[in-house]
Amino acid sequence: MNKIAPHPAATTVEPFVGRGVSRPNARRLVEGRGTYVDDVELPRMVHVAYLRSPHAHARILRIDAAAALDLPGVVAVVDGRQLAETCAPFVGTLSHLAGMRSPPQHAMAVDRACWQGEAVVAVVAQTRAEAEDALQAIQVEWEVLPAVTRMDSALEPGTPVIHPDLGSNLCFHREIDSGGVDAVFAAADVVVEETYEFGRHTGVTLEPRSVLADFNPAERRLTVHHSHQAPHMMGDLYARLMGIPEADVRVLCKDVGGSFGLKVHAYADDFATVALSVLLGRPVKFVADRLESFVTDIHAREHRVKARLALTRDGRFLGFDIADLTGVGPYSMYPRTSAVEGNQVINLCGGPYDHPHYRATLDVVFQNKVQTSQYRGVGHPVACAVTEGIVDLAAATLGIDPLELRRRNLMADDSFPRKGASGILLESLSHQRCLARLEEMVDFAALRRDQAERRARGIHRGIGIAVLIELTNPGAAFYGTGGARIASQDGATVRLDPTGIVHCASGVGEQGQGTETIFAQIVADEVGVPMDRVRVLTGDTAATPYGGGTWASRGAGIGGEAVLQASRQLRANLLEFAAVHLELPVERLRIAGGAVIDTAEGVPLMDVAELGRLAHFRPDLLPAGFQPELVVTRHYAQRDYPFIFTNGIQVSHVEVDVETGVVTLLKHWVVEDCGRVINPLLVDEQIRGAVVQGLGGVLFEECLYDENGLLRNGSMADYLVPMAGEMPDIEVAHVETPTRSSELGAKGAGEAGTAGAPAAVMNAINDALRPFAVRLTSQPITPEKILRALHPHLAD
Amino acid sequence: MKAPPFAYRRVASVAAASALLREHGDGARLIAGGQTLLATLGMRLSEPSLLIDIRGIAEMQGIAVTGGHLRIGALARHVDVERSALVAQHLPLLSLAAPHVAHAAIRNRGTFGGSIAFADPAAEWPACAVAADAALVLSDGTTSRTVEAADFFLGLYQTDLRPDELITAVRFPLPGRHRRFAFTELARRHGDYATVGLALAGDWVEGRLHDPRIVYFGVGGTPVRAVAAEAALAGGRAEPETLERAVAELGGELSPSGDLYTSAATKLHLAGVLLRRGIQSLIPGEGQT
Repeated sequence: MNKIAPHPAATTVEPFVGRGVSRPNARRLVEGRGTYVDDVELPRMVHVAYLRSPHAHARILRIDAAAALDLPGVVAVVDGRQLAETCAPFVGTLSHLAGMRSPPQHAMAVDRACWQGEAVVAVVAQTRAEAEDALQAIQVEWEVLPAVTRMDSALEPGTPVIHPDLGSNLCFHREIDSGGVDAVFAAADVVVEETYEFGRHTGVTLEPRSVLADFNPAERRLTVHHSHQAPHMMGDLYARLMGIPEADVRVLCKDVGGSFGLKVHAYADDFATVALSVLLGRPVKFVADRLESFVTDIHAREHRVKARLALTRDGRFLGFDIADLTGVGPYSMYPRTSAVEGNQVINLCGGPYDHPHYRATLDVVFQNKVQTSQYRGVGHPVACAVTEGIVDLAAATLGIDPLELRRRNLMADDSFPRKGASGILLESLSHQRCLARLEEMVDFAALRRDQAERRARGIHRGIGIAVLIELTNPGAAFYGTGGARIASQDGATVRLDPTGIVHCASGVGEQGQGTETIFAQIVADEVGVPMDRVRVLTGDTAATPYGGGTWASRGAGIGGEAVLQASRQLRANLLEFAAVHLELPVERLRIAGGAVIDTAEGVPLMDVAELGRLAHFRPDLLPAGFQPELVVTRHYAQRDYPFIFTNGIQVSHVEVDVETGVVTLLKHWVVEDCGRVINPLLVDEQIRGAVVQGLGGVLFEECLYDENGLLRNGSMADYLVPMAGEMPDIEVAHVETPTRSSELGAKGAGEAGTAGAPAAVMNAINDALRPFAVRLTSQPITPEKILRALHPHLAD
Repeated sequence: MKAPPFAYRRVASVAAASALLREHGDGARLIAGGQTLLATLGMRLSEPSLLIDIRGIAEMQGIAVTGGHLRIGALARHVDVERSALVAQHLPLLSLAAPHVAHAAIRNRGTFGGSIAFADPAAEWPACAVAADAALVLSDGTTSRTVEAADFFLGLYQTDLRPDELITAVRFPLPGRHRRFAFTELARRHGDYATVGLALAGDWVEGRLHDPRIVYFGVGGTPVRAVAAEAALAGGRAEPETLERAVAELGGELSPSGDLYTSAATKLHLAGVLLRRGIQSLIPGEGQT
């Protein structure tokens, strides 16, 4: 047998998993060669623009579109009633959220619009500009109806009921009660109580929501190019609502320019655009512009939470008592509902701490505003701010250092697996190790000295701590058990091609977070090839295994495990193949660096490309009856727990200008345990990006509505996304507690930053303002709110 | 957010631009950097039938010192002002203000004259022009006239500009050797339009402040010169009591409206904070003259 020249890295190959390799797809995107939906041009394609309700609540008396039909380029003008003949209505409830109600929603308003921004008339034209020209020629006669805008009065008797059939504006109510809470609070040494408010905000993606629907009437097949996180879910929904077999629906999500949960939902606009393509038998493109994004993209976080915490005099937590009220718009969002955020708030409050008693109530109410639903963090930023806010209040009340009070009450690292007081199951958390790591990073004593020195000079700096837990890697408990056809499993197919390249197709897609990169790292290690010999394909329901896609921080943990299992089996198949071909015992062989290696002599025997060549072109050289299998598909569902929880700690250091109310973010520290870190570079940037979105929520972002339910700041000039100039340095460290529910050991990492940042900053601001005996508990914490607290005459 | 249809013409002279303005009246808009206009077109807040592109007009370009003035051509971009050594040398107020004008990408396109002609009440350049006693050169291509910046801004987005006139240049008198400037601004995020901003000028002679200019923006329909506060400080040493008297005068001089994020009362409060801080940075520290 000829021995080939040693492969340079054949014998000692450093694993790719664990290394901060950069994204192979970054160059393409930076060079402007991405393929976003708006880049896709199809023959006979037309564009749709939607006339949207200018009122929060109004009856549609008459639509006069005659003038619009005569304008240049106009192909069709369609209203909600016409479209309802093509697209069935849909209801955003889940059966495991017991008692949840929401009325049927149509792709476009029928007879009545229930929020400012709801689509009422579709104009299809040769160009988007022509469609917008025609919108201006359409007259709609409205009967304006009273709008329900405030969530605190939504359930009061005098408030109009948005959907009379439901009898009230209540969407969902839930209670958790561990029992004995009243007695514990009555007997406690100390009870602290505070109310926290969270302003509505939204995720602002660089690429807006976009959909290009292409229905081919000749074969009754539908192809949809979509900027989305869950292509298989959308394929199922299009099939069912349009009456097309799911097998004849293909959804493509090539490049997606940011998603943040905003693109995991099925929007009425999506169904309307697809229905128009079915109706017209030609491709129809819809790309939301910035103005309509603000009044149609989901909002999130409109919550008011009353919290009480009972403690012993020495600072031991006895119980939490929580009441969350949240307003979600006129319809629960389809199909994941608008109740999940509130549901997670009451599941998660008090979550990091060891306390025996817990009670929580949740009221989810309808309003005439944009629908709310899952946006990065989903309930965690609220639960974390409530929990950590009241823990800080307790620390101040008892005169105990906030870090010390947390140390006394955090669940011990050796107490897992266990249940939390709200009933959540926790596999394995590392609060104590994270706290220890944090104290290595942050010199708290020095910060406190600096604080005291500056305070004497009228400079007010504060330090805020936030401990968090985060649910990731969900099982079927999230949606599947509630009846939604949203896959909790995900799949991966890996195959060796004739040139020795390993192709990986995954049901989890790429929205900028680096999914394709970490999958390539896993494939490279598990098959035994260099990363540049791996190609990853995502975002095509016709070419990837069925899977749930990207949400609930599941991409790495669920999708990555499927990639790992498929890759391991491919490696086993290749070794078996090589053993047969080389006539050596398979135990003597391994694959590394793209070569089959003789472990006995430590030398490469053949490149895996040679295996590819033999299998594809020279099967005649193989023994009779032997068939190499170079394609492997594996699926993985996390079935050990409802969720795999992660944990972490964040610290914010701020300076508050007490004359101007301006908060300067000086520094932010993060210790995060997301289990096995596949790519530290990407994980750190995920955390930083998520922290920035949390900082936006706590300081800047709010969808401001007037009393008529009209959005007052729906543009990029007026809605304040966080900008680089205001962001602090964000230092990130890791503690790794791999989950035992998978071989890969990875937990989710994409949302924890958003979960903890608002609490840390809120606590830092209140720490800075302690000499003034004021507390800011309404987010976003704006300069105006700070000044009103500090200078009561400004609040008059 | 697609602009409605419009015609587009490039012109090479003020006279040609002015002639088109006369011909098309309200239907025509000038476009230079387009940083405000293009957004309003996209949002269909404005539907002109004709855009007149004036970027090629030679006489409106450039930054130069001539005849005792610093002349900034109306077509000079914000970034040109920001990076100009002449501006830094002769009129540091503008150099201080420039980084606050929106973001780098906007400063690379937006023009100095365009900002003044648009007269956004929360913009930096109109206030700086008033504080530095600038004169605006207005022309229709045949007749040219000069208007003091202080007289130019008439009301919210209203100026003394006639329908067929262009601002061709802004002329700043070269300050005397005792003239000092300060600039301070509060915005929710760096580069946003000001919540409240302040442009300050004054002669500091032998420990006393003379001939001060206190010009606010973001607190009214136009840049607002706080004359009573100026009088309270004029001739004095800007000691704390004097400064508080000046701050107290602001209540009678400024009548800000609240905006999305800041109430009127808070704006007035912030105007006082900025005056205290602005005067501190205007006058030299201990040991300086």
